[in-house]
Amino acid sequence: MKSYTKPITFFLAIVAPLLIVTLVLREPEPDHKLLNGLRAKYAVKRKPGVDHSKFEILQKDFTNPHEITAACLSCHTERGEELMHSAHFTWEREAYIPGRGITYLGKKNLINNFCTGVQSNEGSCMKCHAGYGWSDKTFDFSNPYNIDCIVCHDNTGTYEKASGAAGYPKTGPGGPDFKAIVTSVGQPKSANCGTCHFGGGGGNNVKHGDLELGLLTGGRDVDVHMGVDGLNMNCVDCHTAENHKMKGRYYAVSSSNTQRLNCEDCHTAFPHQKSILNEHSIKVACQTCHIPVYAKVNATKMYWDWATATRKKDGKEYELLDKEGNVVYTSIKGDFVWEKMVKPEYFWFNGTADHHLLTDKVDTTQNILRINTLFGEYRDRNSKIIPVKVHRGRQPYDAENLTIIQAKLWDKDKGKGALWLDLDWERSIEEGMAYIPLPYSGKHSFIKTEMFMPVNHMVSPASEAVTCRECHTRDNGRLAALTDFYMPGRDRNRTLDLAGQLLLILSFAGVLVHSVIRALSSRKQKTIQSH
Amino acid sequence: MSTHKKVYVYKGFERFWHWNQALLIFVLAFTGFEIHSSYDFFGFETAVKIHNYAAWGFIILIVFAIFWHFTTGEWKQYIPTTKNLKAQAEFYLFGIFRNAPHPAKKTLISKLNPLQRLVYLGLKVLFIPVMVVSGLLFMFYRYPQGDSIAIINIDNLEIIALIHTAGAFMLLAFVLVHLYLITTGHTITSNLKAMITGWEELEEEDQKDQDKTAGKPENELVKNPKILPEDESEE
Repeated sequence: MKSYTKPITFFLAIVAPLLIVTLVLREPEPDHKLLNGLRAKYAVKRKPGVDHSKFEILQKDFTNPHEITAACLSCHTERGEELMHSAHFTWEREAYIPGRGITYLGKKNLINNFCTGVQSNEGSCMKCHAGYGWSDKTFDFSNPYNIDCIVCHDNTGTYEKASGAAGYPKTGPGGPDFKAIVTSVGQPKSANCGTCHFGGGGGNNVKHGDLELGLLTGGRDVDVHMGVDGLNMNCVDCHTAENHKMKGRYYAVSSSNTQRLNCEDCHTAFPHQKSILNEHSIKVACQTCHIPVYAKVNATKMYWDWATATRKKDGKEYELLDKEGNVVYTSIKGDFVWEKMVKPEYFWFNGTADHHLLTDKVDTTQNILRINTLFGEYRDRNSKIIPVKVHRGRQPYDAENLTIIQAKLWDKDKGKGALWLDLDWERSIEEGMAYIPLPYSGKHSFIKTEMFMPVNHMVSPASEAVTCRECHTRDNGRLAALTDFYMPGRDRNRTLDLAGQLLLILSFAGVLVHSVIRALSSRKQKTIQSH
Repeated sequence: MSTHKKVYVYKGFERFWHWNQALLIFVLAFTGFEIHSSYDFFGFETAVKIHNYAAWGFIILIVFAIFWHFTTGEWKQYIPTTKNLKAQAEFYLFGIFRNAPHPAKKTLISKLNPLQRLVYLGLKVLFIPVMVVSGLLFMFYRYPQGDSIAIINIDNLEIIALIHTAGAFMLLAFVLVHLYLITTGHTITSNLKAMITGWEELEEEDQKDQDKTAGKPENELVKNPKILPEDESEE
């Protein structure tokens, strides 16, 4: 048996170790130097350099909010000029959009498929404007005293703008304690940002899905950065500002690839230990894997059907709630669909976007009108796959002029054509379009719309990140809708696979037939020999 | 009938190379088709990891094998020949059923029959290189490329993936047929034994009868063919 011991030794000595080394080669121990550095950096909470309670000019009982701004600007002399050029105040941005040229677009003049737009509704909408008194087109954007400093810089958590007051807070008894507020101003807290960015669209988490009150109290499972059991970071820790220009963009209203805030700014472009994951970052945004679901705490609105608004029950307007207490129908707004723990949809995005303007024609050959368009495709080297909340709905458009409609929704008083008070579509559309002013043919209909809202928050801990097979799978993977590229595990050429399988089957059949004939013929020959 | 002698046909490295290649092809195929979503076994991530490590193992093995083939002159074993080609095909199709003798004599300097020469040469110069190159592109080519390999302008993984998949099917079909054909030696297991131990019973014959198309035998090989007489075998 000597001839067998040698190969066995040989196998054990050389082949087996090679096998083990090849198959069990372990990843290097994770190196968290970068992450630990970031943790150390953000563990140190910022301490203010000044104590505003020591300033004499703030030691008075303010009765007029404009006076507060004047007091601020008496020391921060250039900040007013800065803010007057910031999007928080102008609600528009200068941007170049291919095919349109230089545009001045923003919340000021764009439409959406939630409350549709601010024009003719300023009195109500401007509760979220960083200013005082934008009640109509006459608002003076060049008056620095129209800026509302404290809506962002209040650190007491008590400042609140009044409803329907065009951005003014309540004054006098029952209003905020201005003295307490101005003597403790500081860097904005997450709650300041949240007042508008969580509550946009008429309630908590209505719009974004990934920005809501749950972020203020949730743990790392809700948002790994803001989790109270983690680094408990503030919005402005990432959304830093220089001269009141905040980093970060939202492409429901933005258009250009500038002033963006990226995960890579802190985490670098290749933060993973595994190079195969790092390579993904060429084409896949961090958020795509690291935000597996949004609306983790409270539901977000996924669908808004304006066409069903104005219905009455027993001659009265009414409201319907679902089991969780979300409004699913209201006469003034129509039908809603809410969802919690939502898987995002995925799109290519290169950082530029276009918007459907009130003056654009509606293409009725298309089934669905895109309120905004995120540009990008596989072949574009600046494009990455990003997670998106797609908000769908139906909203009014001019059936003859083929333009989208801005209706007047809000007014202080009944009888002035506000839909929410009078429940009269025709009148509200006439008032809204006349305000802008844009022509209205007198015939409206409803069109399906989609709005594309990139999801950037509610980042999950790494252990919760999207796993390989959720995308690299034959059917119904997360990226099933992105068909402009080949992805291993998802894509195949059916003909090639069929041919390959056929080849294997034929080879096997050939072998089988051959071996059977061989066996039969050898038996036959043996029989012949034995005879 | 000619006498048989036990001959040391497959050298240590040759067997090492053969079995590792067999193992690696099996591992690569198994994990490869998991990555292709044909089934789930290891899980996608582990399958990719094993596939990539095995790929590097395979490439290293190929480098050593190439070195070995050229330094030993064994590469000449693969020079294709038409001599006996038809006879060999006829043997597999008909002769084998009548217990006919193998048309091509297996000798130290011509271990491969004409069909094997063709097929193995095809593997070496076509299928395996195609798999290695498409595999490396799979691993390293990213679209869009920076300035690094911008000269190769493949804008989609698809073509690479399809070539790699097609190659995988071909290799699997080869393995299937190969596994069967090793049973067609003198006895059902004689080829297998030979590749495990290195020793095989070959028909003893005059050196002069050897196939000239195999090129000149290495001097050392002829001088020192390490032939053991049958009676010394311990089997």
